[in-house]
Amino acid sequence: MPVWQALYEELGPHGFVPITVALDRREDVQPYIEAANPTHPSLIDEAHRTAELYHLLNVPTILWIDEAGMICRPHDSQYATDIFTAFHKKLSGPYLQMIRDWVHTGAGAMSADEIRANQPKPNADSQLARVERALAWHLLNAGRGAAAEPHFDRAAELAPKDWTIQRGSMPLRGGNAFGPEFFALAEKGKFNYGMEDLTPTHAPESAE
Amino acid sequence: MNYSILDEGQLFPLAEGDVSTDAPGRMRVAQDAFEKAMGWQLKPEGLCKGAVCVPVRDRDALVHTDGIDLEEFASVTGRPCSIDAAEGVAAFGTTAASQSSLMESLEAPDFKLPDLSGQTHSLSAYRGNKVLFVAYASW
Repeated sequence: MPVWQALYEELGPHGFVPITVALDRREDVQPYIEAANPTHPSLIDEAHRTAELYHLLNVPTILWIDEAGMICRPHDSQYATDIFTAFHKKLSGPYLQMIRDWVHTGAGAMSADEIRANQPKPNADSQLARVERALAWHLLNAGRGAAAEPHFDRAAELAPKDWTIQRGSMPLRGGNAFGPEFFALAEKGKFNYGMEDLTPTHAPESAE
Repeated sequence: MNYSILDEGQLFPLAEGDVSTDAPGRMRVAQDAFEKAMGWQLKPEGLCKGAVCVPVRDRDALVHTDGIDLEEFASVTGRPCSIDAAEGVAAFGTTAASQSSLMESLEAPDFKLPDLSGQTHSLSAYRGNKVLFVAYASW
């Protein structure tokens, strides 16, 4: 997050704004926001409304939105730092440079057909999973944690590859998103984002 | 019991007197309250929202003496829904078709969310800028 703040300071005068959205409970993300102390919009989406609206399947997910409010580069799994590069094999440097190029020259924006081809596709199950997750969160937030459980379960059954539901629910249900539950989930098979390699920023040692 | 409808992220509280859970597992809502919460109206030609009407094949399944059956409403309109009658909440979402056409339009859907201080921000306020939308999480 301090990286987005630095990029905002560098590119803000050129008409660039990062809007970071935490798919988190306020108390879970608060220390991260306080540490970064951002001046760009740094928002909290406890109810996962943006996951519904943008069909987000994992974090981080980055989209580019142009001056007219149109998406000009779709869902991309990219990182601002190299802290987890050993795990996801991606480098942040080339991607951050792409953002600079976009702001200065417009390069990197995709055609409408390319964007549509690279969007994840919702279906009846994924949409019902969002409803179950929304209901689960509503009940949990209302102090009805036990009643929320079957709805979390149903959401997970309906959307086995949606990490905003699978992994994002772990802290809400007393689990550890960096513990055995996470590694079991990761081992179930490589998570297929549909557009995992939209921007090839893989570290050289992982090149195949 | 607090009754409510959760409709695409918006919460509509319902008055206790407007809700019936007498039929097992079902939630039924008085027509007036239903129309106010959901924005759909029951007309002779079917269920209507604005200029759009959906024909209702089995009106008896939808309209009962104790109100509009919410599960049947979802089935008539094709909306994904989950009803927890014991908790008094009915949640509705977006159909896959609507979500797909929203995404294919390439318009970035607007949203309004709070920051840490509680101040709300909407995406549309940043129109005219290049916006990097970054979804992240502590998990």
